[in-house]
Amino acid sequence: MTSRTLSVDNISKLYRIGVPQVTSVNSSNPLVRVLTKPFANFRKYRSLYNFSEAELAGETPRDDILWALRDVSFDMDEGDIVGVVGANGAGKSTLLKVISRITPPTKGRLTVRGRVSCLLEVGTGFHGELTGRENIYMSGTILGMRKIEVDAKFDDIVEFSGIGKFVDTPVKRYSSGMSVRLAFAVMAHLEPDLLIVDEVLAVGDVEFQRKCLNQMSEAGDRGRTVMFVSHNMSAVARLCKRGLFMRGGELAQDAPIADVVYSYMTAGGQSSAERVWEDINEAPGDDSVRLHAVKVVGENSMPTGTVDIGHAMGIQITFDVLEPDHQLSPYITMVSDAGIDLFSSADSNRQFESEPREIGRYTTFCWVPAEFLAEGTHYVRVVMRAMNRQMLVFRESDVVAFNVIDERNSGFGTTWWEGKPKGLVRPNLDWTYEYTPPAMIIKG
Amino acid sequence: MSETPHDQPVVVIESKRSWAFVDFRELNHYRDLIYFMVWRGIKVAYAQSVGGLAWALVQPAIQILVFTVIFGNLVDIGSDGLPYLLFSTVAIIPWSYMSGTMSAASGSLIGNSAMLGKIYFPRIIYPLTPIIGGLVNFSISLILIVAVMVYYQVTPTKNMLLLPLLIVMMMMVPLAFSLWLSSLAIRYRDVGIVMGYFMRMLMYTAPILYPSSSISEEMRGWYVLNPIVGVIEGFRSALLGASPEMFIRWDSLICSFVVSLLLCITGAVYFRRMERIVVDVI
Repeated sequence: MTSRTLSVDNISKLYRIGVPQVTSVNSSNPLVRVLTKPFANFRKYRSLYNFSEAELAGETPRDDILWALRDVSFDMDEGDIVGVVGANGAGKSTLLKVISRITPPTKGRLTVRGRVSCLLEVGTGFHGELTGRENIYMSGTILGMRKIEVDAKFDDIVEFSGIGKFVDTPVKRYSSGMSVRLAFAVMAHLEPDLLIVDEVLAVGDVEFQRKCLNQMSEAGDRGRTVMFVSHNMSAVARLCKRGLFMRGGELAQDAPIADVVYSYMTAGGQSSAERVWEDINEAPGDDSVRLHAVKVVGENSMPTGTVDIGHAMGIQITFDVLEPDHQLSPYITMVSDAGIDLFSSADSNRQFESEPREIGRYTTFCWVPAEFLAEGTHYVRVVMRAMNRQMLVFRESDVVAFNVIDERNSGFGTTWWEGKPKGLVRPNLDWTYEYTPPAMIIKG
Repeated sequence: MSETPHDQPVVVIESKRSWAFVDFRELNHYRDLIYFMVWRGIKVAYAQSVGGLAWALVQPAIQILVFTVIFGNLVDIGSDGLPYLLFSTVAIIPWSYMSGTMSAASGSLIGNSAMLGKIYFPRIIYPLTPIIGGLVNFSISLILIVAVMVYYQVTPTKNMLLLPLLIVMMMMVPLAFSLWLSSLAIRYRDVGIVMGYFMRMLMYTAPILYPSSSISEEMRGWYVLNPIVGVIEGFRSALLGASPEMFIRWDSLICSFVVSLLLCITGAVYFRRMERIVVDVI
């Protein structure tokens, strides 16, 4: 039996951004201005949160009102793991804040059953002057645990965080990695009925991110309801079964995660199959090399967001080498819509692993053969290695995405028996036969 | 978790702003958090200081000495026939508690705006923390009162029985003001600006540095409206009751109690109404 954990019913959230100046008195006289200003200010600060009926109806758009959320409705049942995706300013964080009671909706209502834990940042309530032990209790109780619950889980938390003997050292003496691990360890041992996570994965190293993801998916397996906001599409796709796509404060789509991720990746002006960094200072990389552009191209080298399974396709990477004497070698990793790394491929030209590149712009293509990728959305991670420095100069996940389709229906998809071919790749393999006449079959 | 769905609390979040009082059930659930918040406040205040909790003695001691030298020796403003040091010590210690916690609690929402936007727990915990935490400092500084009383060989009287009530009243005063001021301050930062004047006004309209006998009987009706008057007079009567001028003044005690209680109740309702929108307005 599943029960409803969260039911969101037509919630809207309005913000007043910049209140128009009310000028009732001739304000040319500075003395009059000084004397009347407090009254105007008073009205202004009072009106920050008060909205008239007409404003709430929202029929006429107004410049001074922002609809951070507009008529959002959805339900979540026990065990649901839902990913919330959308561009910056689409209302994702506002939605989480309303659900976690940090801020009330302006319209509508929502019902939450059970205990909610909201992780909007790692280490809320942590204080550098307190020891690890003290911060575990502080953070645990802030997140809604009772002291006895923290007592019961204390050893597990310390073990999970790996801080070991530093448990009685003030946290300000910890490395930043240690304090993040400790903070997350407390969160991981919460047992809320509804877990809300916002971009926690933006911090920490790869290993830590993996730990976070595992913890959340285990929470789901144990029947917890999880709501997860992230810009990391492969993480969202791996973790969640269902997705909510927020756009301009509205819930644009509530569907299986693969559909939602695809809508998000292909929404907006710039095609997600093409990423160009116009400003070199904002491009991934450092003073030695910067990424300039990554494009998904068809057989004809033209950018495309959709490739047919029967044609080869390429990943075109353009990067600018800014300093001489660096041995630079790019590689890509193809990631499935479920967030699984399918394969990696390095620049096959081994020359640059030993020889420095000259300053200049390089464009390289990595060709993926036809009849190889399975249908569905794919993401590309682009990594640049500096061989001489033995480091990764940049590692950009989900740089581009593209959709593989099967126009010819060349698989066995439409036959009577099951549906789509299974698996993460769909190579066109050679099948051969050897025939044995019946006389040769020995019976009995 | 072995809870069945029926046991789980159901929270309905609505857009309507209703008038409600403190949700004591919810507050009870968070009592461990209150404990750790108080404890964190104390620990952080004295972290990496050589003096540590000894500062809880030194700070009021210096204040008392300064006032005793100026008002007891240089300017004689009277002390109802008692040694000025004794007279001022029993007033300055509770006043230090009230003024210190009132400033801290009134600025508690503004000061914690980062945490307010990241996590929900009953917001009343923010002003409650310094009011409860201040009791630790207060208890330590009671040593000063005892020392001065022993030095002047004051004999305790049955008035001492009033002390528990007085301590409750001493906590109600900053709670009453800070519930109002902290929730007003989130919309109107003017509160922070006038806070200093407001505190001085409360101090000079209460018999902390001078005896209340210098206030005429006609003015006394207004005078006792300041809830601090009752608390300070109460402390003097409770501790120095042997002196004939230090009889219990019920008018100020009752008035202080009623004024603080009214401000506490109305403040709690206003706080509850404003705490919902605090994150949007702050």
